[in-house]
Amino acid sequence: MDFLVSVLEQGLIYGIMALGVYITYKILDFPDLSVDGTFPLGAAITAAMIKMGVNPYLTLLIAFAVGLCAGACTGLIHVKFKVRDLLSGIIMMTGLYTVNLYIAGTNNVPLFSSETIFRNEMLKKMFGETVPKWLDIVIILIIVLICKILLDLYMKTQSGYLLRAVGDNDVIVTSLAKDKGNVKILGLAISNGLVALSGCVFAQQSKVFDISMGTGALVIGLASVIIGLSFFKKMSFVKTTTAVIVGSIFYKLCVALALKFAGATATKLITAILFLVILIVSVDRKRKVKVNA
Amino acid sequence: MLELKNIHKYYNPGTINEMCLFENFNLKIEDGQFVSVVGSNGSGKTSMLNLICGSIPLDSGSVVIDGKDIAKEKEFKRNQYIGRVFQNPAMGTCPSMTIAENMALADNKGKIYGLRLGKNKLRMDYYRENLRQLGLGLEDKMDVKVGVLSGGQRQAMALLMSTMTPIRFLILDEHTAALDPKTADLIMELTDKVVKEKKLTTIMVTHNLRYAVEYGDRLLMLHQGKAVMDCAGKEKESVQIEQILGKFNEISIECGN
Repeated sequence: MDFLVSVLEQGLIYGIMALGVYITYKILDFPDLSVDGTFPLGAAITAAMIKMGVNPYLTLLIAFAVGLCAGACTGLIHVKFKVRDLLSGIIMMTGLYTVNLYIAGTNNVPLFSSETIFRNEMLKKMFGETVPKWLDIVIILIIVLICKILLDLYMKTQSGYLLRAVGDNDVIVTSLAKDKGNVKILGLAISNGLVALSGCVFAQQSKVFDISMGTGALVIGLASVIIGLSFFKKMSFVKTTTAVIVGSIFYKLCVALALKFAGATATKLITAILFLVILIVSVDRKRKVKVNA
Repeated sequence: MLELKNIHKYYNPGTINEMCLFENFNLKIEDGQFVSVVGSNGSGKTSMLNLICGSIPLDSGSVVIDGKDIAKEKEFKRNQYIGRVFQNPAMGTCPSMTIAENMALADNKGKIYGLRLGKNKLRMDYYRENLRQLGLGLEDKMDVKVGVLSGGQRQAMALLMSTMTPIRFLILDEHTAALDPKTADLIMELTDKVVKEKKLTTIMVTHNLRYAVEYGDRLLMLHQGKAVMDCAGKEKESVQIEQILGKFNEISIECGN
């Protein structure tokens, strides 16, 4: 049971990041590598602020805002200086590594005795000295739901329409007398805001900031998006945002299972195999049957 | 009034492949005129449209609209008063968005795309009415993604979307070339109807000489960056396809084709 709860917690936290990656990868069609830098950026800024005694709930908003700025930088580099999409992400990711070290002070900041969104005076007053364990997942779930619902709502606004249009067919955005570059910058900003928010929650849940936590973040995000979307391809009633979050939980489940039953050495290989199985299983079977018949 | 003054345009300047397309090219288009532009490949038809819209930069010269030089204005700014339909039906619509969403997107052109709801329920009947006039049954498929529509249906939508908001100029870039003859006829009729209804100043590039003769009140033939034929009004009405073809052959012999 503890095993499943921890998978769910991790999956949901990474789900916020997957929502961000979904915007760049699927909507904007932009391979945004700056994610590897903005995820720890959100964590670094959170660690620094919590050490300074800032209200942990406020760190959520600030981390989102900082991620927003970082994403906008990636966009500006790409749009205004005409640097290729992959390269502008790499530049940001590389630069942010040092920025993160400066913000956090060192490459590892433990937050065990500090107040977080999961353990603080307010919650202690409400639930007594030992805050119940199940509260963690409730808090995470609330944050994820807020992100998902706000994103869904945003995609239904005029601005959201324009964002979807720019990834679909950027010629039409120009035809609508709008600068497609600005729309891309906006999309990247929102995406990285979500990624940084995910890093913020992650740092508070694992009670530590570590400079290496961003390594491979984009891969996790991409895997979540792809697993989620291909798994729910046939079920059109499932919103893509929901699919992406579930994809993230699936991914974490694979990794956790591999770690539990195969040991640390074989983890990556087993994860890869589980991945493959999920993708194969989720492929449409009907067509194949028809072809063989 | 749209004026092209002393246009110079070179491709690949400074290289061995340097090619002069326009040298001192001038063109004046009166308000309300419907100009059909014909010419062989590489004669500068599409380049001319691109220069007007700002899709490619100008080497020198000016593009003047109502006395204002817009040659320095960015493409997306110019599109405020220009509507354009492309040869490729996929260029004018968003495939992964529904018909209603596409219409709503086009309806907001020129205004701020803010945080208001994209689909305005009150405008739905207006969209339906507009789609009904196309006669393709699209009004009953408001929630269908545009990506599953046929090329002709998409082009009809692209035409509708580009003329939905008040614009000064309509630019048609071989917009029937990718369609089958019957659908092309339909789109051409729709185009004529829209242009007449909204009294749009229109420039249409086409390879279909019949359309060039039948539609529009001015005919322009381009060859190597020059207008080799330009007739309007009564003179245009008397032009026959054979005449244009004759002129075409004349040019081709010069080229050695």
